[in-house]
Amino acid sequence: MTKADIDAAFVEFERVQKSYDGVTLVVKDLNLSLPKGEFLTMLGPSGSGKTTCLMMLAGFETATHGEIRLAGRPINNIPPHKRGIGMVFQNYALFPHMSVAENLAFPLEVRKLDKAEREAKVMRALDMVQMGKFGGRRPAQLSGGQQQRVALARALVFEPELVLMDEPLGALDKQLREHMQFEIKRIADRLGITVVYVTHDQTEALTMSDRVAVFDDGRIQQLATPDELYERPLNSFVAQFIGENNTLTGVVTEIKGETCNVKLDSGDIIDAKPVNVTKVGDRTKVSIRPERVEFNKARLRPDAHTLKAEVLEFIYMGDIFRTRLRVAGHDDFVVKTRNASDQVRLQPGTTIDIGWMPEDCRALDA
Amino acid sequence: MTDATQETSGPIVAADGRPLRQSLNRALRRQKIRALLLIAPLLAFIMVSFVIPIGDMLFRSVENQIVPETLPRTTALLGDWDPDLGEPPPEAVFAAFYTDLVLAEERKLHTRLGSRLNYENSGVASLFRATGRDVGRFDTDIYTDQLVAAVPDLEDGAKWAGWMAEPPVRDALPQTADAYDGWAQMVAEVHNADPVTRQPADFVFAALYRDLAAGAAPPPPLDVDVGGFETVSIRDQFAASDPKWLDTGVWRTMRAYAGPLTNGYFLNAVDMMKSADGPRVRPENERIYLTLFLRTMKMSLVITGLCILLGYPVAWILANLPLRSANLLMILVLLPFWTSLLVRTSAWKILLQQQGVINDLLVGIGLVGDGSRLELINNSTGTIIAMTHILLPFMILPLYSVMKTIPPSYLRAAKSLGANDWTAFWRVYFPQSAPGVGAGSILVFILAIGYYITPELVGGTKGVFISNRIAFHISSSLNWGLAAALGTILLVMVLVLYWAYDKLVGIDNVKLGG
Ligand SMILES: Nc1ncnc2c1ncn2[C@@H]1O[C@H](COP(=O)(O)OP(=O)(O)O)[C@@H](O)[C@H]1O
Ligand SMILES: [Mg+2]
Repeated sequence: MTKADIDAAFVEFERVQKSYDGVTLVVKDLNLSLPKGEFLTMLGPSGSGKTTCLMMLAGFETATHGEIRLAGRPINNIPPHKRGIGMVFQNYALFPHMSVAENLAFPLEVRKLDKAEREAKVMRALDMVQMGKFGGRRPAQLSGGQQQRVALARALVFEPELVLMDEPLGALDKQLREHMQFEIKRIADRLGITVVYVTHDQTEALTMSDRVAVFDDGRIQQLATPDELYERPLNSFVAQFIGENNTLTGVVTEIKGETCNVKLDSGDIIDAKPVNVTKVGDRTKVSIRPERVEFNKARLRPDAHTLKAEVLEFIYMGDIFRTRLRVAGHDDFVVKTRNASDQVRLQPGTTIDIGWMPEDCRALDA
Repeated sequence: MTDATQETSGPIVAADGRPLRQSLNRALRRQKIRALLLIAPLLAFIMVSFVIPIGDMLFRSVENQIVPETLPRTTALLGDWDPDLGEPPPEAVFAAFYTDLVLAEERKLHTRLGSRLNYENSGVASLFRATGRDVGRFDTDIYTDQLVAAVPDLEDGAKWAGWMAEPPVRDALPQTADAYDGWAQMVAEVHNADPVTRQPADFVFAALYRDLAAGAAPPPPLDVDVGGFETVSIRDQFAASDPKWLDTGVWRTMRAYAGPLTNGYFLNAVDMMKSADGPRVRPENERIYLTLFLRTMKMSLVITGLCILLGYPVAWILANLPLRSANLLMILVLLPFWTSLLVRTSAWKILLQQQGVINDLLVGIGLVGDGSRLELINNSTGTIIAMTHILLPFMILPLYSVMKTIPPSYLRAAKSLGANDWTAFWRVYFPQSAPGVGAGSILVFILAIGYYITPELVGGTKGVFISNRIAFHISSSLNWGLAAALGTILLVMVLVLYWAYDKLVGIDNVKLGG
């Protein structure tokens, strides 16, 4: 593979808009480009337009405006069955009147493969998802997890280069879901296919994806790798949506390079890193992760601002301690500390000073 | 599992020591009784209005009581007569028939019997009617006169009653006793009179004469010597009334239908008839029912097929439209149900006739010439058009309710797997809608096969169904036995088709809804 091949966008959305009713835009100005072999997840709350984007890519919905390209070719006018895109549906959509093997043979039959070749490929695909023994069963005779595997095998059996999955694990219980996340990721990596995966479960998105596109209100709020997304959210929606997050509101009072000061609504001054604020006087929501809050004075910079906090609740969670504090008038401020042998266990009712490194506290849009 | 447990440790017992099964049955019995009480009104209604009438119909299709009941003496003797000799039956049969016919005439039963036998041999009805008028005036009164002259007490009804109560007399005069009993019963029932007050009718005297002539030796005073009596041939009396009585035809018919049960109606219903050497196919020009059955089947199939072709797309649209528009369309589908069947059928008459709207339109746009207007009504075309329209909702509704349960993701899945629109439909959607097609087809076909009003109104002669013939026999020809036989065959045909469908497709594959 040459450098040019890797860089070339495999799937591209350019200025895509979609409206179902001609009144509201469900997808507003979507720009997205992903290279071959990438596992990209569309993450967002229900109704944010993820499925709509996937359906436009698959060809079941037409874009109201804009262009969608696959391997450099515009596909707006190509019917779904000629796009050669594998798809796993949320309810699996296994054909109930066909056996598992017949379901898998279906895409090969319509591609006019001969019988021997078909059987070999079906067997290989079933083995890949460890369902080799179930070829003769009807979908109704399989458990949810097994149906999921078959649906995956069916989407892969005709060797598509791009596979779309719309909340494929939504109907499974937690344990099975975690197992299948790993399984899907493993298979995708082994086959080197490009995957566009839709979910509203952020853990799923973070564990599986190369990159995650966070959707809200018909727009991509941030498109980044999981660690980037978690550690450097670009706006307060992303910060709230991904992982646990403490939010304080206030006004920027001073900006000096990579740090700034924010005066909270309670009057306290804190250190922060300006991300979405440009000038003194901007209102901001600052975001800080629970595990980055420090209450050991010795580990803070000498000139760091601190805040008074009252301990409300201490929860022992095994690997970590979760402590709830009242800070600057908010009583849902959470601190997480590792259960190390020398770790302090904060007592409810006591008052402590807390602070943080300025780069861990991001001043975002209000 | 349970068996093994029971073998080793005996029946499982409940807490109170009773066997578990018994306790369970006790617990369930109350529920069962409650359930039974709840369905009791419907059960009673169905029994009275459905099961019993159908049982009655099945019985009527083979029932033939009227012949042996009206002519008990004749039918008892006719079995010994061999029609193939070409001779009319012997005098004894005529004598027995004379007794039977007089009694039947008094009870006004002879015309009904005539009509019944007329179904099998036309002309019998009028023969019975005419001879029924004559039979009271047969010359058998000469026996009465001669016997009364010999024994004047024979004029006395009370004396007769006394003699006929004595076993020695009855044993000696079997025909007389039989004829007297028939007469006495008839007098009591028809004339509301006490037989003691009346002189028996001539046919009783004729029977007495026959007994005596045959050498009977009754106790006095009945032991009259009839050797020198003037005689009269009863056969000649019948011949005088109508020479047809000397033909074998009418006697053959009576002999063939002498039993209390008959397969004659069923033979008739499949264009066959009884003959001396078993059932025989009717001559070409008398066949009608097989053609009608075949036509009914063929046209019902065509109507079912048309309903599938027309109903499937409509049901598909209904199932895939947004709810609001689907409801509106559904009302249009159901609209025909709110209009009287008669009105709808009559509307088709107006639309389809040669000077009707459709022909006018076709002529207007020049598709057919004015001279060659299409014959769309009073033939099978008319029946097919009108019935397809009327039965269409019965196809659309089950189709719709099945299609409603098929998620659109199946079609999408098929297309994402590379199937074009047609393949996706045919391989994925259609098989899942097939239970609806099955249910609709059974419904439409079974309704069509028994349809009556529409073929009657728009079918002319070429477009009528078997049910029209059944209705004719019920209300016009009054041949209920034949109507019942035709109806039974229709019922069996439907059951056979249902069974065949179950074998081929499986009745589990019929769905009327989700
Ligand atoms: N077929 C449709 N017709 C009209 N509106 C739709 C249709 N599908 C989705 N929508 C609307 O578009 C918005 C986005 O839906 P969707 O793409 O399914 O969101 P997500 O998959 O992120 O939950 C929702 O408000 C939904 O109501
Ligand atoms: Mg969705």
